[in-house]
Amino acid sequence: MVNPVHPAPVHRCGVHGVPEIIINKVVMKELDIWYGKIHALKSLNMNIFKNEILGIIGPANSGKTSFLRQLNRLNDLELNYKAIGEVLLDDKDIQSINPEVLRRRVGMIFALPQVLPISIYDNIAYGPRMHGTKDRKRLDAIVEETLNASFLWDEVKDRLLESATKLSGGQQQRLCISRTLALDPEIILFDEPCSGLDPISTAKVEESMLKLKEKCTIVLVTNNTKQAARVSDRTAFFLMGELIEIDTTEKIFTAPSDKRTEGYILGKFG
Amino acid sequence: MKTTTKQKIAFAILFLCTVIVVLPVLFVLAVVIKNGWPAINWEFLTTMPRNNMKAGGIYPAIMGTIYLVSLSTLFSLPIGLFAAIYLNEYAEENMLTRLIRLAIVNLAGVSSVVYGLFGLVMFVTFLKFGVSILSGALTLAIMNLPVIITASVEALASVPYSFREVSRSLGASRWQTIRHSVLPFAIPGILTGAILSLARAAGETAPILFTVAAFYLPNLPHSVFDQAMALPYHLYIISTQIPGIPQQMRYATALVLVGIVFSMNIFAVIIRSKFRKKKKW
Ligand SMILES: Nc1ncnc2c1ncn2[C@@H]1O[C@H](COP(=O)(O)OP(=O)(O)OP(=O)(O)O)[C@@H](O)[C@H]1O
Ligand SMILES: [Mg+2]
Repeated sequence: MVNPVHPAPVHRCGVHGVPEIIINKVVMKELDIWYGKIHALKSLNMNIFKNEILGIIGPANSGKTSFLRQLNRLNDLELNYKAIGEVLLDDKDIQSINPEVLRRRVGMIFALPQVLPISIYDNIAYGPRMHGTKDRKRLDAIVEETLNASFLWDEVKDRLLESATKLSGGQQQRLCISRTLALDPEIILFDEPCSGLDPISTAKVEESMLKLKEKCTIVLVTNNTKQAARVSDRTAFFLMGELIEIDTTEKIFTAPSDKRTEGYILGKFG
Repeated sequence: MKTTTKQKIAFAILFLCTVIVVLPVLFVLAVVIKNGWPAINWEFLTTMPRNNMKAGGIYPAIMGTIYLVSLSTLFSLPIGLFAAIYLNEYAEENMLTRLIRLAIVNLAGVSSVVYGLFGLVMFVTFLKFGVSILSGALTLAIMNLPVIITASVEALASVPYSFREVSRSLGASRWQTIRHSVLPFAIPGILTGAILSLARAAGETAPILFTVAAFYLPNLPHSVFDQAMALPYHLYIISTQIPGIPQQMRYATALVLVGIVFSMNIFAVIIRSKFRKKKKW
């Protein structure tokens, strides 16, 4: 489907670089987040482009997870949470979007693979079912399609009805990706998705991310700067709740404009 | 002293303690079974008492206890479950909810005769249900509620928070999350708690003493507004109030009561162990 006004961005063979046609998918204006007395994000202004992979790096407690959880309003579940400022998704304030609808559009992958102790099939069908898809054929199709997208289909196609907890950590994380994809999200938030995985599983997850960016926008929080360098188009550096710098990945890793960014990348803190 | 010797001694002490706990139970069981078993037969279980309860069966008492336990479950399980869901999943942590929790824990420890008196005032007199199965079942339900709520809250709280987070992140509503990602994993724990509390209800005399129990009825009850006989009270009567009852009949009645309570407990244990095997998180 080609939109004449905004043609789909060209997918590049190389990884780095922003899409040719820049559309702001998410815009944050003067965003501040508190958890009780902790000021987790401080007057954040930044954009996320459509169809890019935006890497977020930064030491522990710099507000990366808080940032992600703001985008799908998962922060709303916290007790002492407060936010001011605006987050616009396709130019619409996310506070005006029903959170259940929003979370369907903005999917999330957690740091540890969070499969539910139900079957592989039911894990993936969970989201669609909650939104009213009952048709078995439709669900079958979703399960197969999304397992293919996370390169898991061949490994599990004969045991879809077995408990998802029997899968290995890497398989579980890819199952979580499938589960999120089952809702056909526009944005996918990855929160250190490979922190518990071996290099081969990590490579598979990264591969699926690169494929996904043709269709979605991806925000990848990672503790592993090398991973950001490998897969993200642009990279943002967070420190103690502040956005220090955001630029193309190449620029951030070769010629950062802030000393602190350089220090972090060279491993001076974090 | 060698570590292995120490370990052996520690093990021996622990084993001894276990034996001390279990022995009296086994002893009671042995006495009840030895004296009661010979008197148990089909007639004893399925016929009305005869000859001033000195002969015949205990059928109405068994049925009365079954009625009471089932009806009280009908009240206490849904109410207890929903209260637990509210407390664990919806209520904010504040002074009031903390007070409610404290009250529930304390109510679970209140002596059963207090519930009996409450039932007498509340259901028999004030609500004018009279001395009836309804009053007795409601009294037992009230007595069981704190236990069911406590067990259910525990079962709900033992479901990892991440399940809820995952479910919400997939766009499920709060209720959908509870229904599909919390309850299914808490149900076995809830059932175990419920069955244990039912077993207690089946065995208690005090709560039914003023609210439902009849000394002797020639017929089975026709409606919830009738009185009923019940096993624990029947046992109390034939043991203390009527002279000349064959010893065997008392033990046999006790054996039936113990048997009912015991099989309910074992049922709960089976559910729990099945669940443990399946639980993997
Ligand atoms: N639910 C919460 N309640 C209270 N404080 C929180 C909560 N979530 C985050 N914080 C606090 O907010 C700050 C930022 O945390 P956040 O989890 O966003 O950091 P992070 O960059 O993701 O760190 P990490 O790399 O360790 O995951 C920290 O000081 C943290 O303690
Ligand atoms: Mg984090």
